[in-house]
Amino acid sequence: MTMRIDLPEETIAGVLAKALGNRSFLVGLIITLLIVAVALVSFVWTPYDVTKLVIADKTQPPSWAHWFGTDHFGRDILSMIMVGARNSIAVALVAVGIGMGIGVPLGAFAAARGGLADEALMRVNDLVFAFPALLSAIMITAIFGPGAVNAIIAIGIFNIPVFARVARAGALAIWPREFILAARAAGKGMTRITVEHILPNIATLLLVQGTIQFALGILAEAGLSYVGLGAQPPMPSWGRMLFDAQTRMVTAPWMAIFPGMAIVVTVLGLNLLGDGLADILDPKSRRRR
Amino acid sequence: MTAYLLKRLIIAALTLVLASMVVFAVMEVLPGDPARLMLGLNASAEQVEALRNQMGLNAPLMLRYLHWVGGLLNLDFGRSYTYSVPVIDLVRERIAVSLPLALIALALSTIIAIPVGVFSASRQGRAGDTLAMGAAQLGVAVPNFWFALMLIYLFAVWLRLVPAGGFPGWGAGIWPALKSLILPAIALALPQAAILGRVARSALIEVLNEDYIRTARAKGLPYRAVLWRHALRNAMIPVLTILGLQFAFLLAGTIIIENVFYLPGLGRLIFQAITQRDLIVVESIVMLLVAAVILINLLVDFSYAIVDPRLRGRQ
Repeated sequence: MTMRIDLPEETIAGVLAKALGNRSFLVGLIITLLIVAVALVSFVWTPYDVTKLVIADKTQPPSWAHWFGTDHFGRDILSMIMVGARNSIAVALVAVGIGMGIGVPLGAFAAARGGLADEALMRVNDLVFAFPALLSAIMITAIFGPGAVNAIIAIGIFNIPVFARVARAGALAIWPREFILAARAAGKGMTRITVEHILPNIATLLLVQGTIQFALGILAEAGLSYVGLGAQPPMPSWGRMLFDAQTRMVTAPWMAIFPGMAIVVTVLGLNLLGDGLADILDPKSRRRR
Repeated sequence: MTAYLLKRLIIAALTLVLASMVVFAVMEVLPGDPARLMLGLNASAEQVEALRNQMGLNAPLMLRYLHWVGGLLNLDFGRSYTYSVPVIDLVRERIAVSLPLALIALALSTIIAIPVGVFSASRQGRAGDTLAMGAAQLGVAVPNFWFALMLIYLFAVWLRLVPAGGFPGWGAGIWPALKSLILPAIALALPQAAILGRVARSALIEVLNEDYIRTARAKGLPYRAVLWRHALRNAMIPVLTILGLQFAFLLAGTIIIENVFYLPGLGRLIFQAITQRDLIVVESIVMLLVAAVILINLLVDFSYAIVDPRLRGRQ
């Protein structure tokens, strides 16, 4: 049996009603779903084939035929942004998965055991935080070479201490509760209590943090691809498109404008979603607003 | 308070030692033989072996680590394989670009963010707050290197107010040098200001709900005085934490921004060093930046004690 204490007198219907009344959440959700839909559609259809180079059409400004213009190889920018969305979402999603998958058990374990285990975890956290994400990404790609997979690992590693910290702080707040005492009195072990009582109660915290890290992951991936350490050509990625655009700012500014806007809109949508989720799920933040 | 500061100091030192081990270990497992790199492909195996001995590359692992750390402490980072000059000289030259850039960006970000945070918090829920926080929400979502490209397009290509990139060097005079740092600093600062502004606002709002603020108002202090003197000071802890994190982020952020503007800073140097497999340069810069981050976090911990007298009594 699990207990929910986050939303004491609230039902699913109540949360839903609140969600529909939260502008930040709604706008964020719509944008996020739209970007995901665009990425999914790109698997079956894009306006133009992004693998075909049409040199006759190179660096065309936006037009009815090419809404966002074309790049230096004559590829349709809109189509490339659609395909690039896949890469951004995949990298950020897996990086969040790595962070949660490793960080949450570590944080929950540290909170449950306390003492030396806890202290050790916090010190390792300090260590990882001492390496700015970009710096560790540079080191990792320096070892294993550039590529989408190594970008995922680099961003994922940085996510681990973030989730460990959130899970630990959340779990520490739950452990002294009476229902945990009851569970212990019932003879449940540390692991069982963590899985059955602690994790369900910090799930909302993790969901909100996950959304934030997802957005940060998209920004980080774009940054890495931009400096040539992320996805490699010919795989279209938003960061890489901006790199290609950089030397052509004077002649073809649209090559920079639209991929950048794709990043901004995606990150904005995710951040709004995260803010909205935090408002809906956390009773404390509601009071503060 | 001494106990608190001492504990933070020990933790920082411990983190620094662990970090140096990580950096050293990473560079150890990296493929590529520096001796081979220096001598070129035509060198014989004996020549390479001789140079390896001379460079101390064949010494036991622990000895090489201690040697490296000892060198770092004496500001002797070794010689760059590709530039054939001491790494410290390269670093000194490049840091004269990166550090001012990061500091200007940090100053800009703070100057923008704190007033915006105070403005928003004092008009919570009203139109001005909504507008400012909407702008902040947008600012957080903008990648700084894309923002940099847009700034270049607007101010360098269109309006021709500032150079699009490059750095004349401080020898060319303060103003020309500063001029080429303005756009990069703005590009770095604005997204950071958006984050800081949001933190400042929510920290202030939390403080403004406290009882002592009501007391201060009740005894007749004007709202403005309460806001700036009482509330802001108490809201400084989260703001300082973010400031510390931001400086670390800015130092790393300069790596990308320097590439956008072709600035000869540490960031450009580290990328060139990576492509040329000049590992000793990579290793030195990474260690330097990590040490800077640890030091800044330590300073932030110390500043808590100054800002918040309650911490002084705590262990």
